[in-house]
Amino acid sequence: MTYKIVASQCTSCSACEAECPNVAISEKNGTFVINPKKCTECIGYFDVPQCVAVCPVDDTCVIDNSLPRYQPSA
Amino acid sequence: MQKMAEHKGCGTSGGSGKASCGTGAGENDMPTEIWEKVKNHPCYSEEAHHHYARMHVAVAPACNIQCNYCNRKYDCANESRPGVVSEKLSPEQAAKKVLAVASAIPQMTVLGIAGPGDPLANPGKTFKTFELISEAAPDIKLCLSTNGLSLPDHVETIKKFNVDHVTITINMTDPDIGAEIYPWVFWKHKRVTGKEAAKILTDRQLKGLEMLTANGILCKVNSVMIPGINDDHLVTVNREVKSRGAFLHNIMPLISSPEHGTVFGLNGQRGPSAQELKALQDSCEGEMNMMRHCRQCRADAVGLLGEDRSAEFTTDKIMEMDVNYDLSARQAYQEKVEEERQAKVAARNAELETLAGENADLKILVAVATKGSGRINEHFGHADEFQIYELSSNGAKFVGHRRVDLYCQGGYGEEEALETVIRAINDCTAVFVAKIGHCPKEDLLKAGIEPVDQYAYEFIEQSAIAYFKDYLAKIKSGEITHVTRGDATIRQGAFVSVDA
Repeated sequence: MTYKIVASQCTSCSACEAECPNVAISEKNGTFVINPKKCTECIGYFDVPQCVAVCPVDDTCVIDNSLPRYQPSA
Repeated sequence: MQKMAEHKGCGTSGGSGKASCGTGAGENDMPTEIWEKVKNHPCYSEEAHHHYARMHVAVAPACNIQCNYCNRKYDCANESRPGVVSEKLSPEQAAKKVLAVASAIPQMTVLGIAGPGDPLANPGKTFKTFELISEAAPDIKLCLSTNGLSLPDHVETIKKFNVDHVTITINMTDPDIGAEIYPWVFWKHKRVTGKEAAKILTDRQLKGLEMLTANGILCKVNSVMIPGINDDHLVTVNREVKSRGAFLHNIMPLISSPEHGTVFGLNGQRGPSAQELKALQDSCEGEMNMMRHCRQCRADAVGLLGEDRSAEFTTDKIMEMDVNYDLSARQAYQEKVEEERQAKVAARNAELETLAGENADLKILVAVATKGSGRINEHFGHADEFQIYELSSNGAKFVGHRRVDLYCQGGYGEEEALETVIRAINDCTAVFVAKIGHCPKEDLLKAGIEPVDQYAYEFIEQSAIAYFKDYLAKIKSGEITHVTRGDATIRQGAFVSVDA
């Protein structure tokens, strides 16, 4: 992945879901989660990851260090 | 459970020949087509708010800006936030809830979408909800409340769904001041901060306002009064929004407390006192209609302004409810409400005529315990808010309300709670109640506030004018001496539901 959502901080406001260019974000059990297979860190779409930029709670959409960073194929 | 109440509007006696204040204003104070739009909208008409109820549905959780008075992790103090305890609704659930409430509360005439985020940052959910409701309950007025950032993009859709009331929260038109209120806005796929963010926001808000008024959509502007940041500046904001055709301006006090977890709550930013708020509202009133009956309600509030019946209409409960949307029954009920309302206005006007000879410069404030219908019909100990009227030789004018903790809990009063009530109405000469116990009566008298129960269940304005006449007569005869009252406290906190 790339990005993940810290569940304990998520307000479930859904703002990130609409902004994600990869449709990688969805609601599961009352909180939002990022599908690591779909997340591209917004590389190729925008200068900044959209979930990070729109999230109302700082440090809630963060890099998931347990996974390798996204590598653009081109 | 945390509850807050909202509200909007203005207050004046209306019809007394002076420049009318919009929402207190009555039928004869505005063009017929505007009166038709506001006459049963509790938020746009102070007069209507005694009789008609509104509801909000929380279908719009996402927001596109950050405000220093808001904390998305908890109930928001100023805007309408369901926060952590309430339910988000889908448009389908919202439509069902509206029908359930409309069946149970026939005087519910207005459906608003006010968040908990920004309705126009969730356009799909917001407009789907309007579509479903306009099909199922065509007599219900639709309105929405927005921060304005996306507003210009949606004016056409707002028109298409016959949304004829839009509220924009405008706290500044000066980006230097805006930078102290808004840490960032999400704009064109970027987070923009500082003055640049505030500049984008104010440009979009004013453009949206101009577009709406050009399309004949009634606009109210909400402003949060933040002492030391935008308090003086709001006079300029008032002029700017008036010149762009806003119908009503609602200046609300900042509600700020550390437990809200907001930036302002944590950095000790205070809210205004009752006198500071009233002075600012008074100074803007010559410019345009001022709303003073706003209860700053939450995004899922249900009922008359100042009451909150949302706990009766949770998703679990509405699913079990037998929903019978009977338009003719609703109309019959509302006709009765209109009869009562006209009787109230007639009684007020008759009483006002008897004041005609009085030319005193004196103004006093009185507090009223009421649960609606424009009557003094609440027990002192059961009131969770008092409505404040200013009495002068012009009559009785609604100038605000004060929320208080329930003084009477479980049948007996508590000293500490009584002190809270006294602080909240300390600027008042008298408090009108349907009933009051012996002990609180004595304590109020000691504090210099006269408890008045002789007008129990009578109309508020008629009674207040009669009281004022009597008050002037007593001063003339030397029976009493007029004493100028001090300031009062605006409660810092949300309404706490009784059922919680």
